[in-house]
Amino acid sequence: MEDWRTGQEILVMEGRIKVPYRWAAGETGTRYLQALRDEMRFLGTRCPQCGVVYHPPRRHCPDCGTECEWRELASRGVLVTYTVVRRHHSQLTPLDIPFAYGIIRLEGADTGFLHLLHEFAEGELRAGMEVEAVFATEREGSVRDVRYFRPLREAV
Amino acid sequence: MEPVAVVGVGMTRMERERRPDGYADLVYEAVCLALADAGMTIDQVDNVVTISNDFFDGRTISSMAVQDACGSYDKNISTVEGDGAFGAFYGLMRILSGSFGTTLVCAHHKGSESDMSLITNAMFDPVYERSLGIEAVTSAALQARAYMDRYGVSEEDCALVSVKNRANALRNPLAQLPLELTVEEVMSSPYLAEPLKVLDCCPVSDGAAALVLASAERARKAAGKPVWVRGVAHCCDAYHLGDRDLSDVRALQRAAAKAYSMAGIDDPAREIDVVELYDAFSYMELMWLEGLGFCGRGEAGRLTAGGATSLEGNTPVNASGGCLAGNPVLVAGLNRIIECALQVRGEAGEHQVEGVRTAVAQGINGPCGQSHCVWVLGGER
Repeated sequence: MEDWRTGQEILVMEGRIKVPYRWAAGETGTRYLQALRDEMRFLGTRCPQCGVVYHPPRRHCPDCGTECEWRELASRGVLVTYTVVRRHHSQLTPLDIPFAYGIIRLEGADTGFLHLLHEFAEGELRAGMEVEAVFATEREGSVRDVRYFRPLREAV
Repeated sequence: MEPVAVVGVGMTRMERERRPDGYADLVYEAVCLALADAGMTIDQVDNVVTISNDFFDGRTISSMAVQDACGSYDKNISTVEGDGAFGAFYGLMRILSGSFGTTLVCAHHKGSESDMSLITNAMFDPVYERSLGIEAVTSAALQARAYMDRYGVSEEDCALVSVKNRANALRNPLAQLPLELTVEEVMSSPYLAEPLKVLDCCPVSDGAAALVLASAERARKAAGKPVWVRGVAHCCDAYHLGDRDLSDVRALQRAAAKAYSMAGIDDPAREIDVVELYDAFSYMELMWLEGLGFCGRGEAGRLTAGGATSLEGNTPVNASGGCLAGNPVLVAGLNRIIECALQVRGEAGEHQVEGVRTAVAQGINGPCGQSHCVWVLGGER
């Protein structure tokens, strides 16, 4: 008897899981995002015990558990590490290729945070260079209220 | 620690897409292989630990969908969401608790059924990070750059790992990506996210694996030569990428120190005969080798170039081809342990290294190796 599989394709069920989520930013996240949205300011939190300034902010110090206090940070800082992205993903890529991801340590913070880099020349990015935030004109209370960071331009 | 042994192992072939077999079929295949290897029937399995991830499987409580396939009826089961090396650790603990004499541990993955970038994007924080589009490859690229900048490691140093491991895979019939490559070919493959190029990255894979762990008493009844767990430990680092120095390997160093001290190992480079580690990206092999103490920080590139980690070298690393030759996520860490067990038994086939007495396996979990699990296996208790 002929094998039933001859000339047959394995069937595939196409699907897409779409589930709405509502992730609360919580009190800490809300105060942080509000400051970005309304005042174009970055806030971090400082552990009074360790003295470490965290950004993004934490309510409690991840090292010792002490409740942290708010601190204002600069909107410029140092590029700790980066990657220039060359592959486009239709649902993920947030800016025109090439753009970069960077870990940026803002002035006044001890930890770095993840954000985007744009407006840089080919080969311009270096670890240790100074970068500055470019804010969106329309801001809605999300990390994307900062459009991206770019190499620091000296004030004219 | 009370003695516990790996007494049965099973791995499916790793493939880009294994459409004829659903994941329960893959699990069934791996479990049957492991039981046959142990010379056991499912009745001799006291408890089962399954390893799965709901996002990858596209169903919630994904662990429950494979219980039939691993013969869990009427048994105590538990589930782990994370790499197989950690799942096996939990399986080991269940024996050490004294409640069970044997544990069947199995993991499955079908990367072909979804979109790796979208799923790994979802491991990042939804308030602060996810909307930026970061995922596994781009986050690893941040780490690769940090490591290479700090220690002056070149892209060629990393490319050599890819050349070595894919050549090793030519001797592994279960490998997905055996390739004869040159450093130049790796270097001229397109960038995904600098400094990572296509040929620096593991492939997307389908596959499953299973192993049977047993107490000393139960190991005596198993068919094959038991491979003893001489030391094992895991250690975790911070979640937010910016909280860590990504070039740092302190979590791995701590896990390795603990596992080595349990095993009585003072000088890993001299006392360990083979290593199977989680090389999802070529640079990771270099970083993890340093974290495992085989050389100083920043020296693994030179160690590799000198041939010490090749099949003929002093400490062959990823003789199987590693994750670069096939990376069913979650399964990958279990495969590392299984490959080490086979090396200790002298049954690794074409990629067997001569005279292996002690082997080290390592798995990772979380972005950029946030946590590490280190296993020391040996032929003697």
